Amino acid sequence: MAVCIAVIAKENYPLYIRSVPVQNELKFHYTVHTTLDVVEEKISAVGKAMADQRELYLGLLYPTEDYKVYPSHMIKNMAVTNSKVKFVIVVDSSNTSLRDNEIRSMFRKLHNSFTDVMCNPFYNPGDTIQSKAFDSMVSAMMVQAS
Amino acid sequence: MESLTLTDVEQKYYSDLFVYCDTDNTKKVASNGKVLDLFRAAQLPSEVVLQITELCGATRLGHFGRSQFYIALKLIAVAQSGLPLRVESLNSVKDLPLPRFVVAKNEQEARHTAMYPDLENQGPYQGVIPRPPGRGQVKKVSAHEVIQPCVPTVEPQPDTTSPVVSPHQSPPTSPHAWRKHKRQASGGNVERPPVVVAGAVWTPFREAQSGPVVAGDGMWSAHSPPPVQESWVSLKDTYPPSSSKMPPMRLSLVQENSSIRTVASVATANEIQRQSSSGYDDPWKITDEQRQYYINQFKTIQPDLNGFIPGSAAKEFFTKSKLPILELSHIWELSDFDKDGALTLDEFCAAFHLVVARKNGYDLPEKLPESLMPKLIDLDDSAEVPDQAPDVGYSGSPVEVTPNKSPMPSLNQTWPDLNQGNEDTAIVHPVPIRMTPSKIHMQEMELKRTGSDHTHPTSPLMAKPPELSEETSMKFVTANSGDGYSSSDSYTSDQDPITSVVTRQRSNSGTSPEGLKVVAAPPPPPPRPNASHSRSSSLDMNRNFAAHPTGPQQSGVVACPPAIPPRPLPTQTSGPHSGHRSDEGLAAHSTTSPQQIPEQPNFADFSQFQAFAASDQPSDDGEKHPESLPVEKSTEGAGPLRTVKTDNQEERAAATVNSAKGSIMAPPPKPVRRRLKSEDELQDEALPPKSNVIATVLATLPSIPRSVGKDKKAIQASIRRNKETNTVLARLNSELQQQLKDLLEERISLEVQLEQLRPFSHL
Repeated sequence: MAVCIAVIAKENYPLYIRSVPVQNELKFHYTVHTTLDVVEEKISAVGKAMADQRELYLGLLYPTEDYKVYPSHMIKNMAVTNSKVKFVIVVDSSNTSLRDNEIRSMFRKLHNSFTDVMCNPFYNPGDTIQSKAFDSMVSAMMVQAS
Repeated sequence: MESLTLTDVEQKYYSDLFVYCDTDNTKKVASNGKVLDLFRAAQLPSEVVLQITELCGATRLGHFGRSQFYIALKLIAVAQSGLPLRVESLNSVKDLPLPRFVVAKNEQEARHTAMYPDLENQGPYQGVIPRPPGRGQVKKVSAHEVIQPCVPTVEPQPDTTSPVVSPHQSPPTSPHAWRKHKRQASGGNVERPPVVVAGAVWTPFREAQSGPVVAGDGMWSAHSPPPVQESWVSLKDTYPPSSSKMPPMRLSLVQENSSIRTVASVATANEIQRQSSSGYDDPWKITDEQRQYYINQFKTIQPDLNGFIPGSAAKEFFTKSKLPILELSHIWELSDFDKDGALTLDEFCAAFHLVVARKNGYDLPEKLPESLMPKLIDLDDSAEVPDQAPDVGYSGSPVEVTPNKSPMPSLNQTWPDLNQGNEDTAIVHPVPIRMTPSKIHMQEMELKRTGSDHTHPTSPLMAKPPELSEETSMKFVTANSGDGYSSSDSYTSDQDPITSVVTRQRSNSGTSPEGLKVVAAPPPPPPRPNASHSRSSSLDMNRNFAAHPTGPQQSGVVACPPAIPPRPLPTQTSGPHSGHRSDEGLAAHSTTSPQQIPEQPNFADFSQFQAFAASDQPSDDGEKHPESLPVEKSTEGAGPLRTVKTDNQEERAAATVNSAKGSIMAPPPKPVRRRLKSEDELQDEALPPKSNVIATVLATLPSIPRSVGKDKKAIQASIRRNKETNTVLARLNSELQQQLKDLLEERISLEVQLEQLRPFSHL
């Protein structure tokens, strides 16, 4: 039921963004962007105390009139920096809301695919994600949702 | 062309000739006059020429279509080499020199003959393959049209390849495209009887084409002639200006390219040609020579064939191929099967093969072709030994992929479920994992365990012949538990280094001994001397034991008990194993130890055993082996199992399972040897020096009994002791196995639950 899936890099630019109804992309982009602020807010609220392993699934951010936005904030402790990559899933709230588990599983899949992409030595962090496997996984998630 | 497989050299040559004869510039039909002139220039007797004309079908058609022309040219070559003119000779004759025409094209022929075997049907990807001899000579004959195809293919490669590539990409449509080409070219040659033979050869191609992409290769070869020729013809106009630039650029490109690439491409092209000419082959299959080449390349980066190439090294290596990063990224995705960021030998070969194929113009598949799948070790198949050298057969299901990562290594029935679940997530579990080659691993563990097992039960027994049954059982138990402990220690410690490289798929057994050797001290138990050591270390241990027969053993034994939490001792009664579980089981153990359980198969063994005991020991070893094998196995399993019970049950359970499994799967010699050792010790007879450590270990122990001297009574006493030990161990084993199974099931369920409940937090 995901209508839009986005992967945002630490610097808040999108590494990967895809939406199903292609015509509304801009709107989705905007929605995702606004969620980033909310995410930042939540993160800062948590504080640095549990920096190493936070709850990655931030849950439903806010149900807009049309959509619900679920972001998930992932924190990776890399060698030097903390790489904060965010996954955002926008789902259509008109549909019966997906169970929390389903959303979590979607994020898990996203995360795994993203990890695979990261493992690829030819992928430079910060590049847009062009992996076909990742694409196909995302498409599967979006198709099955809608 | 109906089954007319031409080398690219021939291809070019013929196309040039065709163009030459194509005075009307129809690109389809060569004017008869020109053709006949050409044939006459071949300096063949006229009746031969006539025959050729007939054979190629021009007579029937009344004109020389492209295919007829080509067939005719080939027949001319055949005739010129003195072979009888037959249609079959069209394809069956290899290494046929190009037809010679007096029109000063001889030089080509000489060159092309040399290059013939190597390069056939390469078509568009010639541009990528540096062919030094051809190119040099091509340069020489710069005026010659043949140069054209080489050079333009460099730059216009996308164009050149596109007509060929596109059909390749869509196999289902390619038959159409191909047939279209064919029809254009031959205008209905198919039905003609003379080409029946060719047609027969061709049908396999066609049938293959209906298959998956694999057929693309056959199609490929079929396609390459027509589109390439056409593109060549069209490029002919453009090349003259570029030709001056191209050859030098070409050469420089060639030099730039690592020789590796060249060889690989040539080898691959060679292979592809062979495959295509054979009718229908998997284009992605790696031939032996290719594989050997890849292996050599692997060695340059990573000398250990069982090791991994880290991602960075692989990236550098493949970047040299000058493929775009995106494609390399895709290739990596396809070939890094276990998604660990490193390439095993198999993965590397697959990646290399894909790179070479891509450079030759093949499109990358969406999915890793079957023949490139890394050969995985089937842990369930105990008979299979990991073997990476031979060709990459796809040996099994995804089950094999994740045995390393599965937390439950040795339960066969649970393998598929866990593995598939793991594979889906591709999450590397920081769970103790077993090394891939279960069998070998188990054997090693087995050896170590049996070695340690031997020492303890026998040593106390030896030390105190008249010991009370309780003491015996106690020591025996503790010793065994210690043993199992140590073995489990070794296992755990084995796991530790394994865990550290957990992401790696260790497909070779070579890693397991490494892992074992590398082991750090396992956490809980007091480090046993031979814990987590290879056989050599246990050898040392045994020597220590031998030096201080009683003391260290005792101390060792003493050291063990503290680490052993209440262990459920195996019920001595034959039937319900679930009965006896308590520390007091020791007593029960002791009480029952004298009671030989009737159902134990040991008795049969024992009787033989005694018979053996009377005779010369060494000669009996071999015989005893098979008999005592079942005892051995159960005993072996009992040892490690016992250990599992004492220690962290869950962690050790895996070890135990492994050990149990290993013991079950252990080849006869090992357990038998162990048994022999104990017997030997007790009987203080010189053990035949077996190859394994256990032998040495035990050999050291019997130093004490040896001192006693060969005495029949002593021997018999030792036999009795052994019998008791056997029985006890067997009972222990069976009961522990039962418990083990239960525990494992529990563990599996817990693991599953854990997996499900794990919060979304990684890395």
